[in-house]
Amino acid sequence: MKILAAIKQVPARDSQLRVNDSGTWIEEPDTSEINEPDAYALEEALQLREKAGGEVVALCAGPESASQTIREALAKGADRAIHIEDDDLGRFDSLGIARILAAAAATEQPDLILTGLQSDDLGFGQTGVILAELLGMAHATIIMKVEPRGTGIRVKRELEDGWFQNTDLPLPAVLTIQSGINKLRYATLMGIKKAKLKEVRKLTASGLGVAVEPSVRLERVFMPQRTKQTRMIEGSVRDQAAALVEALRHEVRVL
Amino acid sequence: MSTLVILEQIYGGWHRMSWEALAAAQQMDGPVWAAVAGGANVNTLAADLAGKRLDRAWAVSHQLLTAYTADGYIAALAELIRREQPDLVLLPHTYQVRDFAPKLAARLGRTLVSDVVRIRRDDQGLVFTRQLFQGKLNADYRAVGPGPHFASIQAGACRADQVQAGTAAVEAFTPELDASMIRAAPQDPFREAQRAVDLTAAELIVSVGRGIKEQENIALVQDLAEALGAELAASRPICDAGWLPMERQVGSSGQTVSPKVYFAVGISGAIQHLVGMKGSKCVVAINKDPNAPIFEIADYGVAADLFEFVPELTEQIRKLRG
Repeated sequence: MKILAAIKQVPARDSQLRVNDSGTWIEEPDTSEINEPDAYALEEALQLREKAGGEVVALCAGPESASQTIREALAKGADRAIHIEDDDLGRFDSLGIARILAAAAATEQPDLILTGLQSDDLGFGQTGVILAELLGMAHATIIMKVEPRGTGIRVKRELEDGWFQNTDLPLPAVLTIQSGINKLRYATLMGIKKAKLKEVRKLTASGLGVAVEPSVRLERVFMPQRTKQTRMIEGSVRDQAAALVEALRHEVRVL
Repeated sequence: MSTLVILEQIYGGWHRMSWEALAAAQQMDGPVWAAVAGGANVNTLAADLAGKRLDRAWAVSHQLLTAYTADGYIAALAELIRREQPDLVLLPHTYQVRDFAPKLAARLGRTLVSDVVRIRRDDQGLVFTRQLFQGKLNADYRAVGPGPHFASIQAGACRADQVQAGTAAVEAFTPELDASMIRAAPQDPFREAQRAVDLTAAELIVSVGRGIKEQENIALVQDLAEALGAELAASRPICDAGWLPMERQVGSSGQTVSPKVYFAVGISGAIQHLVGMKGSKCVVAINKDPNAPIFEIADYGVAADLFEFVPELTEQIRKLRG
């Protein structure tokens, strides 16, 4: 089975985010990392290859600095990678990004495309689903289990409020993977060494023939305003605890 | 400007977020239309729409829509949208909508703006406000070019009790569907083993998130919960990691709770968590990052290192209780 794992690099989870002077995006974060749900998608791809054989290709659109995330994917075990290098992907909307990924994916003819259910930065949760539309593939979202079954696959979809559903899909298909579906592996020293020799194919949006024609445009980024009156308790740790205990006793009356 | 809201039925009834999306649609200027898709039963359900302020309403019914499939729903709704040409299509941001709406918008050459908290209109058109970075920042997205524009509405962004009553004639819409169009074969939904822990009845809940860093640190919040006589709960990543059982998870994929006091310890406050606990009477948030979104819905906030603060709080509560 040939599996594409579509991954994205995002600011590290504990980054202090600062809106840039023009209010159009954030200042460059100090550290970046793989989008967490994408890490689970990559892991699921590696485990499927280990069970059923085949090849795992990491697919990533992002600036030059995303090569760090791509190297990590290769070190964990992806066979090779495609990097659509672009410093200003923000000029595309979700459909535009999916068009770029679809154009690159089409050159590979994969059986399965796995990606995280959403990104930790933009959080639209739709790149994988649009990708399926553009490639004419079936899809399923928020997946907690993938099993090859005959010529297709059986997936376990997470529904709301603790419900699940098993669904059979034909291949090729796109799945968006939920965090927690598997246990993530660490790259081994040997893996890191081998990664340096693996192929990374570089492509560009214009080379793939994708034009910039968004139907929605990010106009302004800003800090949310507090809607609720929050009483922030200040002071030393001891004073903070005392003030909270006092409030719980006399205002909330639960102690 | 016409607005079509696509309502959701679930297990034969209405998804509660359907009414929030309808309330959002009714706040827009111009005609408001509604549609709900399903099998034969949808005609009975759609009769409920007759009492709402709607200019038009459709029961989109076909035997092939009896069980939800993305292929069936997308084909049926794309046909309705192409015929009726609404300027704006609104949907509730449910799991089902996340499954089909991005593909529906793409089929019509548009991009869905998902998980929207506010919609406004200025002289240049529609602007959708949504959250970035798990709620740490907000962003305005402007609709460009011709409609229909698509947006899904975040849980709780509008109030279901603000839906305006009125009268509507519900029309039948039978889409052109063929069994060969539907690629997925879904089975009946199921629940995993019965939950042993019922957090919904707890008066006090101490909930722990990613800020706890290591499994062995869970003991810190366990001690606090014991001192308070509270139930222990967690955000999703803690249960994913296996540090606490899944049945203690609060959020969109776990339990929805409304205790007297909810202590959020090391929880940043992503929307997936907030939807499960924002009905709490009082929220106490303890987080190192003073800008964490959890503080926006907290009644009491403590911006402190939880590894110093939580043991101190536990100690003081123990002293008080003797």
